[in-house]
Amino acid sequence: MSDDPFLAGKGPQRGQILFALAFAGFAIFILSNLGNQTEWVERSTLFAQPGFWPGAAGAGMVLFGLLHLRGLRRGKGMRRPWISRADRAEARIWLRPLEYTAWFMVYVLAVPRIGHLPATMIFAPALTWRLGYRNPRLLWAAVVFAVVVVVIFKGLLGVKIPGGAIYEYLPDGLRAFALRYL
Amino acid sequence: MDLIFAGLEVLYRWDVVVALLVGSIGGVIIGAVPGVGPAVAIAILLPATFSMDPIVGLTLLLGIYGSSMYGGAIPAILINTPGTAVNALTTYDGYPMTLRGEGRKAISIAYTASFTGAIISIICLISLAPVLAKVAPMFGAREIFLAALLGLVLVVVSHRGQAAIAAALACLGIFIGTIGLEPVKYTKRYTFDQSWLASGVDLIVVVLGLYAISQAFTLMQGDDVKTRRVPLGGGMFQGLREVARHPRVAGVSSGFGVLMGIIPGVGEFTSQFLAYTYAQKTSKRPEDFGQGSVEGLIASESANNSVPAAAMVPLLALGIPGEELTAMMLAVFYVHNVVPGPGLFQNQMDFVMAIYLALLFLNILVMVFLLFSTNALMMVARLPNRFLGVGILTLSFVGIYSLRNSATDCLMAAAFGLFGFILKRLSLPIVPIIMGIVLGGIMEAKLRIAMARVKTPFDFIDRPIAMALFVFIILIIAVQIRGAVIHSRRLKEAQWATRPASTRFGMLLSRRKDSVLTERGKRLREARSMLSRPSTDKD
Repeated sequence: MSDDPFLAGKGPQRGQILFALAFAGFAIFILSNLGNQTEWVERSTLFAQPGFWPGAAGAGMVLFGLLHLRGLRRGKGMRRPWISRADRAEARIWLRPLEYTAWFMVYVLAVPRIGHLPATMIFAPALTWRLGYRNPRLLWAAVVFAVVVVVIFKGLLGVKIPGGAIYEYLPDGLRAFALRYL
Repeated sequence: MDLIFAGLEVLYRWDVVVALLVGSIGGVIIGAVPGVGPAVAIAILLPATFSMDPIVGLTLLLGIYGSSMYGGAIPAILINTPGTAVNALTTYDGYPMTLRGEGRKAISIAYTASFTGAIISIICLISLAPVLAKVAPMFGAREIFLAALLGLVLVVVSHRGQAAIAAALACLGIFIGTIGLEPVKYTKRYTFDQSWLASGVDLIVVVLGLYAISQAFTLMQGDDVKTRRVPLGGGMFQGLREVARHPRVAGVSSGFGVLMGIIPGVGEFTSQFLAYTYAQKTSKRPEDFGQGSVEGLIASESANNSVPAAAMVPLLALGIPGEELTAMMLAVFYVHNVVPGPGLFQNQMDFVMAIYLALLFLNILVMVFLLFSTNALMMVARLPNRFLGVGILTLSFVGIYSLRNSATDCLMAAAFGLFGFILKRLSLPIVPIIMGIVLGGIMEAKLRIAMARVKTPFDFIDRPIAMALFVFIILIIAVQIRGAVIHSRRLKEAQWATRPASTRFGMLLSRRKDSVLTERGKRLREARSMLSRPSTDKD
């Protein structure tokens, strides 16, 4: 790969052109929406306009995004196809973390309902299991880790994570404790 | 001297001491775990410090910031995996030493060199503080704007071979920072009529997404790395002797670290590169570099560990962060109602000195801690990768959700995590995005103030510091463009490698002219012309 400061250089080649195309497309979309998404304020200089910085950023994204794309094409050779089989295989790898995103969002939505401690105690070992660990020591380590995280952050440091709706069903004394510390 | 006592007075509290202890030891542990890193730790812990006193919260996070590189050297030396990105160069000479059975000695050298770098850097800063207090007020809105622009330009050009995409990503960062309500006119920008975008995109959400969640995805996606267990030879105090034998390398490398740390946007990598090159060129045994050279290890470790303290100079004096960690620290200062900039140096010099002294104490604490706990830290460094990914994802939730209790923030962070995962797969830089968000906000505010006071464009740079910064920016851009033009020519020449002729535009035209004027050229053009009829005459 080239060492040109303005041409794409380091890193693997697979997927680069796909990313550059998507980035340039997004940049053009952002710049083309400048008029719709910002307001022109009367009696204000250009630099004080609300749209000045998003416009400058959008223009920079388009300019440098296209320069990057041009550099990639030149490095690859103009006669080769735009998107190769390796690029498509790489794009499929990019989609794989969507599963973990789903796990994460289920955990996020579970916390206000079943509480930070129970949700974390389920989430950490379940995801550990999903990742292929079957060693009981590691699964127990995940449970202990979950407890330690909740005790340190919610119990000791008092970070603002709401108590679970399920805690409302606990007896009076325990409910106040659970809402505050668990 | 009075300043030092005033700083000590600020720190003389039990909760500050506890925060310093927890932060510095926690920083070492975090640094020792490959794949976590101080930026992630600071982002996760930042919301936890909201309820603390400013100096307590700052000391805790400063401890993590200043001590993580010590811990990062342990896996770099023992298992050839840098704990933090800046420890990558440590693997060059540290790991070969481990393979030679000198692991303990290598670790000891790394600790001592890091300690030397940090102490030299802090002493420089304490000595420079009165000068900075005089210089900082000379920076008005336009100088701060230009300094921030310089920082951004340096961040971009420091990504050699990736400058175009680094610039594009920096612009993306500036754009992300503008989403939501505009702070002066209160008009909406790029909210697409979505209420959840009206309050903008929080820096912590972006940092946790791009650094923590993307790292979790990367770890969970990959395989566990099997590390070789090599017996550790050498003594833990041998490093003191080795560093004492190479004071020139340690001193000059620390000097590079201090200089590069002070310049925004440059940071550890450049200082390490300069220090390592210097050490190799001046060494009596340059062939040992990369094969377990003591001097190489001293150069890389003292250069990288002298940067954090030096990087506090542009941050505290001008409010301009030089790299992603200082960008995080800027967020930490803002959260705790401490506004870095010339005003801080003018009005709260005791506070600034307290921060420098806290850095000094944390280095001493870390050094003592490390000399007796390296074996235990090795266990942390060998945690299975995918299990570590689960841990990072769980902790990221705490950091994001505790900001505003918003599931939307978590979704945004997950989206940034996915984007960061793609950037990591492609080896594209993440730092310009963070710097764009932070510096873009500063530049927008300062440009607006500055432009209200100037009548002609030249007024903007009519002050000496503004002019110097402007000239510096133009020079850097000119050098970059020249490099691009030269490279483009080389690329063309490589494509034309089979041709002996020059590829310069002037020479191309000259050859074209010759071809046009020759009789053979005329005949050929005539024969190939679409407009003239082909001759039917028989020769």
